[in-house]
Amino acid sequence: MTRVYVSKDMAAIALGADAVAQALSDAGAQVVRTGSRGLFRLEPLVEVETPEGRVGFGPVAAADAALVLDGSHPARLGDVSAMSFFARQQRFTFAHCGVIDPLSLDDYEAHGGWRGLTAARALPPQAAIDAVKASGLRGRGGAGFPTGIKWQTVHDASAPLKYVVCNADEGDSGTFADRLLMEGDPFCLIEGMAIAGHAVGAERGYIYIRSEYPFAIRTMREAIARAAAIVAPFMLEVRVGAGAYVCGEETALLDSIEGKRGEVRAKPPLPAIAGLFGRPTVINNVLSLAAVPFILSEGADAYAAIGFGRSRGTVPVQLAGNVRNGGLFEVGFGMTLGELVMDIGGGTDSGRPVKAVQVGGPLGAYFPPSMFDLPFDYEAFAAAGGLIGHAGITVFDDSVDMAHMARFAMEFCAHESCGKCTPCRIGSTRGVELIDRLITGERRGADAVERLPQMRNVAGGARPAEQEIELLRDLCDTMKFGSLCALGGLTPYPVLSALDHFPQDFGAGAPISSAAAE
Amino acid sequence: MPLLHALQEEFGYIDDLMVPAIASALNISRADVHGVVTFYHDFRRQPAGRHRVQLCRAEACQARGAAAIERLASERLDLRMGETSADGRVTLDAVYCLGLCATGPNAMIDDVPVSRLDPTTLDRLLGDLR
Repeated sequence: MTRVYVSKDMAAIALGADAVAQALSDAGAQVVRTGSRGLFRLEPLVEVETPEGRVGFGPVAAADAALVLDGSHPARLGDVSAMSFFARQQRFTFAHCGVIDPLSLDDYEAHGGWRGLTAARALPPQAAIDAVKASGLRGRGGAGFPTGIKWQTVHDASAPLKYVVCNADEGDSGTFADRLLMEGDPFCLIEGMAIAGHAVGAERGYIYIRSEYPFAIRTMREAIARAAAIVAPFMLEVRVGAGAYVCGEETALLDSIEGKRGEVRAKPPLPAIAGLFGRPTVINNVLSLAAVPFILSEGADAYAAIGFGRSRGTVPVQLAGNVRNGGLFEVGFGMTLGELVMDIGGGTDSGRPVKAVQVGGPLGAYFPPSMFDLPFDYEAFAAAGGLIGHAGITVFDDSVDMAHMARFAMEFCAHESCGKCTPCRIGSTRGVELIDRLITGERRGADAVERLPQMRNVAGGARPAEQEIELLRDLCDTMKFGSLCALGGLTPYPVLSALDHFPQDFGAGAPISSAAAE
Repeated sequence: MPLLHALQEEFGYIDDLMVPAIASALNISRADVHGVVTFYHDFRRQPAGRHRVQLCRAEACQARGAAAIERLASERLDLRMGETSADGRVTLDAVYCLGLCATGPNAMIDDVPVSRLDPTTLDRLLGDLR
C-alpha cells in the first residue's frame, strides 16, 4: 500500500486538505497526517513515499487523488525539502514540522526527540541554564530579553513552588509560527518546557493558548497526555484564552490563568520573582521554549554560531498578507528585509508593487521599500524605529491607504485595551478621533470647557491640520512612555511610522502632506 | 475560566442568572464573576445564532481584501458585525487573526476554517447555513 503524507494543519484544512486526505484514503492509500511544511502556496500538499524518497504534489484537489497516486499529476514538485524556499532555510526549531506525524511518539524519537531533555537532565540545573545563556537565545515573543537570564532569576528565587508558563496567545496578525509548531511538532514544545522545569526547579507548567486556535488546543492536549510519562514528574496543562488580545502580555496572561480579568500588572515585581499565584515563574514564548531542545542536544555553540550581532541563532520569519510565497521561513538573523520580502516572498500576490510592510504584528512599524536594506536583527530594527516582535512580516500592495491603517492600529488598541492605564484606554480613542479628522478634513468645534468665559486665552475650536498632526505625535509620545505595557506603548509605532514614511496618505489637501513631511 | 468555557460550551452563552451560582461555587463575589464574563470577548451573555460566522479583520487579511468580504457578508446576511439575525439562524462576528495570514481573507464558519474567501465561495457558504 502506498503511504502518503497530508498536512492536518489548520491552514491546510482551510484550503481543503481534509477532502484530499479522504479521497486518497478512499483510493486505497495509507494516509499519514502531518503538520504543515510552511509554504501555503502548495497546500493542500501531498507527499507520496517512493523508493527515491518523498515526492510532493501541490496544490492538489480531492478529485486529483488518482493522478497523484500514479505520479502523473501536473503539480509534481519532486523532493519538497530541495525546493529553494526550503533549501535556503536553517530549520533548527521547525526541523520536524511537516515531516513527522505530530502525535506519534515513535516518530518524534526516531527524529532525535527527547535528546535535549536527556542531556539536560544529565546536567545540574545551573549547567543547563549556562547552556541556554551561552546560546545567546533571546525571547522570541517580541521583547528579545535573554532567556538564560530570565531562567537564572527564577532559579535563584527560593520558593516551595515554581511554574513554567508558555505564552501561546499568538494574537498578532501576520504571525502563525506558534500555531504551526503546536500543530506540527507539539512534543518539541513539551520537551522545551520540561527542560525549563528541570533548570529552574519547577514541577508544573501551563500552556496558555488562544481560543482562536482550536486545532492547536486539541493537538497540544493529546500530546501532553501521550508524553506525560516521559516528562514526569513535570506536569503540564493547557489553559484556553477567551479572545482577549492583551492576554498575550505576560502579566495579563498570568492573571488570566488565575481566572481573573486579563489586566496588566505593574512591574516590578517581575514574574520571575512573583508570577503565577505569586510564585517565581518562567514565562516564555512558544518559539523560545521550542528552541531549547536543539540547544541542549546539539550544543549552545551550534546555535550561537549563526546569527547577526547580538541576535544569535535562527528566527522563524512569517511571511503574510499580500505575498506570493506566504509561509514560514526559519533562518539565521541578518537577512535583509528586502531579501525576505522580494527574494523569498516573491513580492506581492496581487502582482502590484509593494507599498509597505508591517513587521511585528499590529504593534509593529510600517516600512516602505526604500528601507528594504535593513538587516533582520533586534538592534537594527529598534534603531530604525521599529521592532521585530514575533517576526511576522505583513506585506501590502499599493492599494493600501496608510492613514486607514494608522486609524486601524488605534481602533484595535481601543478595542483590546484592558483599561487599567489611562494613556492606552483613553489615548487610543482620542487617536481614532484625531486620525478621523485628518482623513475627512473635518475640523473640530470648541468644546464645553473651551467655551467657558474664563477660558478666553484658549484658541478653541478648529485646529489647522499641522496642529492636529502635532497633537497626534504628542499623543503617541504620551502613550509610548506612559502606558503600563506593550499594547499602549507600541501602538504609536504603526501610527508614527505611517505618518513618517507615508505622509501623502494623511489628509486630503497638499498643505497637510507638506506639513507632515517636515 | 475553564468553568466559564464549559458553561458556554454547554448552553451557548453565560446567562446572568448563572453568575450567583458560579460565584458561590468558587467562593468569590458576583462582581468578580461578572467582571471576568464581560472582560473577554468570547463569553457572550445572550444566546448566539445556530450558526456562527467569524470573519477575520486583522491587517494580514485586510492586505488581501478582507474589507470587501466583510461588506458583502454584512449585506447578504443583513447584519452588522457582532449581531445575530432575528430568527436566531446566524451570528456574524469579527475575529482578530486566525493565524492563517498567508492565505486570507479568512473565516471560521461553525468551527470550520476557510481560506482565500472570494465572493462566490462566501455566497455558497452563507447559502448553506440553514
